[in-house]
Amino acid sequence: MSNNNKIEINAISDENPLDYKTLNEVIHRALSQGKTKIVLNNVCGQRFIGASLQGNIELIINGLPGNDLGIFMDGPRIVVNGNCEDQAGNTMNDGTIIIHGDCGDVIGLSARGGKIYVKKDVGYRVGIHIKEYEHKHPVLIIGGTAKDFLGEYMAGGIIIVLGLKINDDGSVEESNHPICGNELGTGIHRGKILLRTDENLEENLGIGAKLFEITESELKQIDPLLDEYCDAFSIPRELIDRKPFKVVKPISKRPFGGNYCGQIV
Amino acid sequence: MKWKDYTCLPPQFRDQRVFDGCGISGLLNVDGERISGQKVVDMLCILSERENGLGAGYAGYGIYPKYKDYYALHFLFDHQQCKDRVMEYLERGGYIIHSEAIPTKIPAHVDFPPITWRVFYEPRKMKSISPNEEVVQMVMEINSKFEGAFVMSSGKNMGVFKGNGWSHEIAEFYNLKEYKGYMWLAHSRFPTNTPGWWGGAHPFNLLGTSVVHNGEITSYGTNMRYLESFGYKCTLKTDTEVIAYLFDLLIRKHKIPLSIATTALAPPLFSEIEQMEHKYQYVLKNLRATYRSAMLNGPFSIVVGISDPIPTMIGLSDRKKLRPLVAGISEDENTIYLSSEEASFRRLMLDSINGFKFKEIWHPKSGTAVIARVGDGLLKKGLEKPFENVNLSIMGGATI
Repeated sequence: MSNNNKIEINAISDENPLDYKTLNEVIHRALSQGKTKIVLNNVCGQRFIGASLQGNIELIINGLPGNDLGIFMDGPRIVVNGNCEDQAGNTMNDGTIIIHGDCGDVIGLSARGGKIYVKKDVGYRVGIHIKEYEHKHPVLIIGGTAKDFLGEYMAGGIIIVLGLKINDDGSVEESNHPICGNELGTGIHRGKILLRTDENLEENLGIGAKLFEITESELKQIDPLLDEYCDAFSIPRELIDRKPFKVVKPISKRPFGGNYCGQIV
Repeated sequence: MKWKDYTCLPPQFRDQRVFDGCGISGLLNVDGERISGQKVVDMLCILSERENGLGAGYAGYGIYPKYKDYYALHFLFDHQQCKDRVMEYLERGGYIIHSEAIPTKIPAHVDFPPITWRVFYEPRKMKSISPNEEVVQMVMEINSKFEGAFVMSSGKNMGVFKGNGWSHEIAEFYNLKEYKGYMWLAHSRFPTNTPGWWGGAHPFNLLGTSVVHNGEITSYGTNMRYLESFGYKCTLKTDTEVIAYLFDLLIRKHKIPLSIATTALAPPLFSEIEQMEHKYQYVLKNLRATYRSAMLNGPFSIVVGISDPIPTMIGLSDRKKLRPLVAGISEDENTIYLSSEEASFRRLMLDSINGFKFKEIWHPKSGTAVIARVGDGLLKKGLEKPFENVNLSIMGGATI
């Protein structure tokens, strides 16, 4: 990619952060000029960055993107150098979001495809109702730990939580927070949640979720994803193999079916 | 342009209560050093997507050191006659130490702004009732019986500045950058069921307790009836009012330690309690039974300021974390910040003149209070388990 295709945008004007509409208009203007790599500096909570963007584009965000980062996105790659607010990857269809920091709540809600890689911890309701269809499999990998309602109403795809503490200086240790909160995978009816832990998670499970040992084919399936994750954050791959994975899968494709039509499912 | 609805809701909405989804911010300097209100204004105004111009407000603590021993009453009046009636009422019950207009910058296009007034007040000493209780009764009386008058705040050495407008408009209207305080709360409003009115903007205050709130208290009816049994009058038809009164009841009247009081308002689920150690089960089940009707249900995140006996700031979100709350501590560890969004902190970092940095920014756990106090610093980060580091001793011959 030549430098001609790259542009830097300052999200501040006269010491005041641009509002989200103006900032997104500036991004769209740059794209219409044929730029494919956009660096956003001094981002301060502007919402909807990268909304509905398509194609082979890269956005580098220095600062703090606001809610709904990459909403409805279909293809681009977003790298956030820092923390991120709530709802990143809302209903994204394809593309990659890499976050070098913490995330807020409800990350990747209703994602239908694409990848979200988070370096540190995430909040509540992460991966709520992510779904898969034919070749579309959304992937969420969280380096740190998650809180309650992880993978709530999950309808497909994979969530992986590693339980690591990846420091800014590059050193990696095991996190001392619990790997996840309560109501783990509540209402899950497709897809799986993999947690790298030896904690007993029986008490954390939500309705319709069950713990399984990891299978050979599942290990094989996540292997390339973990390689890619470790590459993105420069983590030694062998660190991850030091603890086993536990898998949370649905007990039924319709955990609440009986609530509505009286059928036993 | 005519501004309106200063001291009561428009008539067609008086029988409803207000649901809202808003932006909140707060800061506390643990050394008690007073800082300009501009900082909290910056923190709040960056959250402009969380408001729709129908209400904003600020509470400053430590802003009146000259009159710190007297109750600072902030008023909104519709007319001069309303003001005269209230002043007459106040003089009957005590001494007006100082009385003046709250300075405002009235926008050029506004014809009939409200009368903003403050009174530093000392109630007449009575044997049967404490001065605090006397002031509470006066506030309840004025807000429920005096037409065209509204008490915005009634604490000592603090004041609430609020109104119907965008957060930056209200900040300019009251010229907040001219005030200095060691604790600030701020709120911008997005009312979704009823139009805004001046008194209905947050913070809600009673004596030294102020609350800013984002969310909906679905237990409002239960909480309201519970509070009415202790003599509180919920006149404002909005859910946030009950939070202010509940804090006043639990902390000022029942004298419960703060971390226990916040646990009573947002207690762990029974399924979580069942998994705890037996002594915690015993305490939590009793706490839940005693304060069953004080429990706050529904989505909320709140920042509460308490001035008595030691100025304290509390941040709390509901048990299922349906509203956001982020906390931060400055690099020199002397200021604690709370906000709906991390963008508030990032806004301060963009302030190139001061070169502002944070030591840590974190997301508190749901239903777990962040507590910071002048002199003591950050007491709870909001990441603790219930009763972590609390020394429990159970009296009364209970077997546990």
